[in-house]
Amino acid sequence: MIKKYDISGEDFSLAGEASSNFKSVLKRLGISTEIVRRVSIAMYEAEINTIIHGGGGECEAEIKSNAISVTFRDNGPGIANLELAMQEGYSTASEKIRELGFGAGMGLPNIKKYTDDMLIDTAPGKGTTLTLIINL
Amino acid sequence: MLLSDIKKILDAEVLSGEDDAALCKKDIHTACGCDLMSDVLAFVKDQSLLLTGLINSQVIRTAEMMDIVAVCFVRGKTPAEDVIELAKDKDITILSTQLPLYTACGMLYDEGLRGRSND
Repeated sequence: MIKKYDISGEDFSLAGEASSNFKSVLKRLGISTEIVRRVSIAMYEAEINTIIHGGGGECEAEIKSNAISVTFRDNGPGIANLELAMQEGYSTASEKIRELGFGAGMGLPNIKKYTDDMLIDTAPGKGTTLTLIINL
Repeated sequence: MLLSDIKKILDAEVLSGEDDAALCKKDIHTACGCDLMSDVLAFVKDQSLLLTGLINSQVIRTAEMMDIVAVCFVRGKTPAEDVIELAKDKDITILSTQLPLYTACGMLYDEGLRGRSND
């Protein structure tokens, strides 16, 4: 099963709708609570990143027989220094985003923590494609 | 600790409409006091209460992803109606207390409600 979502970069109050919808799908399918929580947290972090850093994009979430795979694509500025971005506490988020409770530099480290595999394809000016894999 | 007891300890108002009988059915095992949703997302425990001074919709979204049972807004803050409606839709109880975050957390800790250990 594949679900596709448009991630709007315009309205931050809508951030999390894709993750919320996919969480409902997983629960309806009877996926275990622990797997649902790991997918939800990682997906929500990635959705927030797609909005605040990528200016919006698209998401494709697939439930396979042995894994759940979620890919986010944006056409934002890309990640200039991936090594730094992976460090807890490092963030390039604006003050406005920080006031909303995000931009603490925990996004990518948290995603890595809750997934079995995390693939990032990014370069300055090229945008970012992030794939999360959680094994079933 | 029952959510009804938490409401009493914090002298909190229920913004999501549940009566005391409904609050008695929600058992809280741990609590987290935090304004950084990024940090909340690093905090995973079942049956939790989140105390925060932030009142935007992302607080509810974060609670939803973490399976957080209830959110208590501190310092008398009241979120917009659409935030309350989102919480109701996700079956997340919303409380509001006049107490500041540190005091509210301290009072619950004193009554035996603990946070996450460093395990």
